[in-house]
Amino acid sequence: MRLNINGKVRDVQAEPDTPLLWVIREHVGLTGTKYGCGVAQCGACSVHLNDEVTRSCSIRVGDVKPTDRIVTIEGLSAASSHPVQKAWAALDVPQCGYCQSGQIMAAAALLKRKPKPTDADIDAAMTNICRCGTYQRIRAAVHMAAGNAVRSGSTAPVNGKSARA
Amino acid sequence: MKKITRGNARKISRRSFVVGSAAAGGGLALGLSLPLAMTAAHGANGGAEINAWVLVKPDDTCVIRVARSEMGQGTHTGLAQLVAEELECDWKKVAIEAITPGQNLARKRVWGEMGTGGSRGIRTSQDYVRRGGAVARTMLLQAAAEQWKVPVGELTVADGVITHAASRRSTSYGKVAEAAAKISPPDPKSIVLKDPKSWKIAGKPMKRLDTSDKLNGSKLYAIDVKLPGMLCAAIKDCPVFGGKVKGYDEAKIAGLPGVKRVVKVKESAVAVVADTWWRAKAALEALPIVWDEGPNASASDATIAAHLSEGLTAETTNGGRQNGDARKAIAEAAKKVEAVYSTPFLAHATMEPMNATVRVSADKAEVWVPSQNSEASLAALSEASGVPLAKCEVYRHDLGGGFGRRGGTQDYVHQAVAIAKEFPGVPIKLIWSREEDMAHDFFRPISQCRMAAGLDADGNLVGLHMRVSGQSINAWLNPAAIVGSRDERQLQGLWEQPGDAQLGYDVPNLAIEYAMRNTHVPVGPWRGVNTNQNAVYMECFMDEAARAAGKDPLAFRRALMKNHPKHLAVLEAAAAKADWGKPLPAGVHRGIAQFMGYASYSAAVAEVSVSANGKVKVHRMVLALDCGHVVNPDQIAAQVEGSVAFGLTAAFYGECPVKDGRMASLNFDTYEIMRLAEMPKVETVLVPSHDFWGGVGEPTISVVTPAVLNAIHAATGKPVRSLPLKNVKLV
Repeated sequence: MRLNINGKVRDVQAEPDTPLLWVIREHVGLTGTKYGCGVAQCGACSVHLNDEVTRSCSIRVGDVKPTDRIVTIEGLSAASSHPVQKAWAALDVPQCGYCQSGQIMAAAALLKRKPKPTDADIDAAMTNICRCGTYQRIRAAVHMAAGNAVRSGSTAPVNGKSARA
Repeated sequence: MKKITRGNARKISRRSFVVGSAAAGGGLALGLSLPLAMTAAHGANGGAEINAWVLVKPDDTCVIRVARSEMGQGTHTGLAQLVAEELECDWKKVAIEAITPGQNLARKRVWGEMGTGGSRGIRTSQDYVRRGGAVARTMLLQAAAEQWKVPVGELTVADGVITHAASRRSTSYGKVAEAAAKISPPDPKSIVLKDPKSWKIAGKPMKRLDTSDKLNGSKLYAIDVKLPGMLCAAIKDCPVFGGKVKGYDEAKIAGLPGVKRVVKVKESAVAVVADTWWRAKAALEALPIVWDEGPNASASDATIAAHLSEGLTAETTNGGRQNGDARKAIAEAAKKVEAVYSTPFLAHATMEPMNATVRVSADKAEVWVPSQNSEASLAALSEASGVPLAKCEVYRHDLGGGFGRRGGTQDYVHQAVAIAKEFPGVPIKLIWSREEDMAHDFFRPISQCRMAAGLDADGNLVGLHMRVSGQSINAWLNPAAIVGSRDERQLQGLWEQPGDAQLGYDVPNLAIEYAMRNTHVPVGPWRGVNTNQNAVYMECFMDEAARAAGKDPLAFRRALMKNHPKHLAVLEAAAAKADWGKPLPAGVHRGIAQFMGYASYSAAVAEVSVSANGKVKVHRMVLALDCGHVVNPDQIAAQVEGSVAFGLTAAFYGECPVKDGRMASLNFDTYEIMRLAEMPKVETVLVPSHDFWGGVGEPTISVVTPAVLNAIHAATGKPVRSLPLKNVKLV
């Protein structure tokens, strides 16, 4: 079967009921998209399917059309230049990093749909699980990527004084 | 006291220890000597190794070696800051290299202990890594002095540039590195380390060094490993702990795409090996397996709760502490307060499920694995494969979450080796499904606690009796740590002795007791280990006692903390930042808590509202932390923020029900994790006292839940005594 991933058309040999996630990871070899739960709960497997964020663990590859445009984290931008990636770097969002491909894909899809999201928009769109608990910085980084006013990061004051120069 | 100070940091398991001791002349016996013998050698990949910790390349890049594991907690960046501070190198030219346990073993453990748990990554390596950086600096300066034939004392260094002001000459670390590597290193103990007040790199909110490849999918976790000829394995262990495989019908999956064969793994598990993991998993799901579920198949939440409940009043105990006569003081008190609390089993649920890729050949065994204790991985690999330690190697991958799950046990390495032995020379990647991960964790131990207090006529606390009844981590993982019948680990945070896990209150008549009540469910350290449960018991009950005394919860605590200035300072800092005592918007209520663990002092204030239909919203949390020295305030803030999410997830949702001897919640649809929308605004206040080294990754979790529960109590007038909140009807 034929898939369009990151703008490149690829032929893959997989059973039609194989989840798109595992075709991406094991047949195409793009491992930035992660397995976390397999039941569309955690969002670690989030990719863009025709610009919509989609949990790839719960889509059968047989249901994906050759004309469907799949974008994975590897294809989001050249050299991590997407505003979401830049904001993630600026605020040191990731801890272990395992869920962050999915978080970034979800945020990028949100901003495409709503370039100036409110906190409520972010609440509704950013439903991926992060076990390290980076949610506070994710919220700030989405605002930063949107060009919204950002609270001054989350650096802890040391004995009442800000440690950030 | 030493036993409880290790927190969740298990040493190499006893079985591994035997392997290590035999093969390495006790070298793997761990931690007995500090790694101060910094043998120099030349780097293989360009550049000169000045000593074990520092390699300098001709372009002035300083490669700083790290031994501890990185699982998101920022330890690698923090350790590099400490080395770089003493090295006086250019922070912009620092790179990190994680050494392997094979290298460590081959060099007589020059990098010391590699285990990463108990919030020890920085606090127990800070001294020798700083000395490592300082020794390298000394050697680099000496090399320049010899080249210029001037006294070394006339040289200055900044950002890796060495200057001799008198002759207006300067050079760089990259230029003198080759010569420096040949110089005899000074005795590390002779080095005078910098006063932290003069730090320029350490102590500052440096950006993490390991962020860039987490943003574009290029970071390779162990689950992403690809090797030539690799096969993949999916596994199912008997769902009932202690059960066995009775049989399976391999013919039923013969001919399924990609399937190679079925392997029975030890007595209790079955694995399917295929060309891809998805095919292995699909075939495993289709494979009929018959289990001998064994004697535990009738265990349930109810049987376990009854077993624990009996321990609340049992006559014999497994250790504790006392002063005065708590029972008598309470019996004779003007007012008595009593409460029974409970906390459930919890799963770690790291986002990256358990996995290991193993290749076993006749004379070599290798594993690619996410591990909090790479030396335990090495020992497990050697033991399971039968290949001597010196011919084993662990290729380290940063972990997609650890939280205590991937420490000493290394059960998934043992499994992967057992499968790989059936395929000599072929790399086998074993991945657990999420369901397997949730079914076969080493869970946070379940416990109950009975609290009783006596108040005098003025509302002063004159007696306190605490009885914890619950499962012991040591009994499951480390029985040697139980001395006689005493198991001190379960009373973490409640001890009299200062240093690591001291109770911050003085009560004239105090009895704290532990009754060990074990179950068939495997248990282990879970981020924060026993501080989390013990803080709920102690701190929620402090609020109940304060209420009964008619006193403000902060004032009530303060009166008991006169001899505990550090505990009190963080409590006051949290209260001040949160405007304790000042008015809040209608419907919003505050709760407060403090606790100590991992040598650090934590306090929290939560602002919470409870709707008419009982829905809780946490609006804001202020956390104060005294971890002694601050290595990176921004990364400490990140850990504190994460600890709030971790703590609130446990408070609201966390439970692992046991049904028919097995775990009933097997994925995130039932084992819910807090999402972004529920994350309160977190404010972190650091109040470092700069006279000790405390941990950061774990301590603040413990105060999150009690602060929230106390705020709920303030909102509803009713205490919450069992978790998770999703099961509690609040109004």
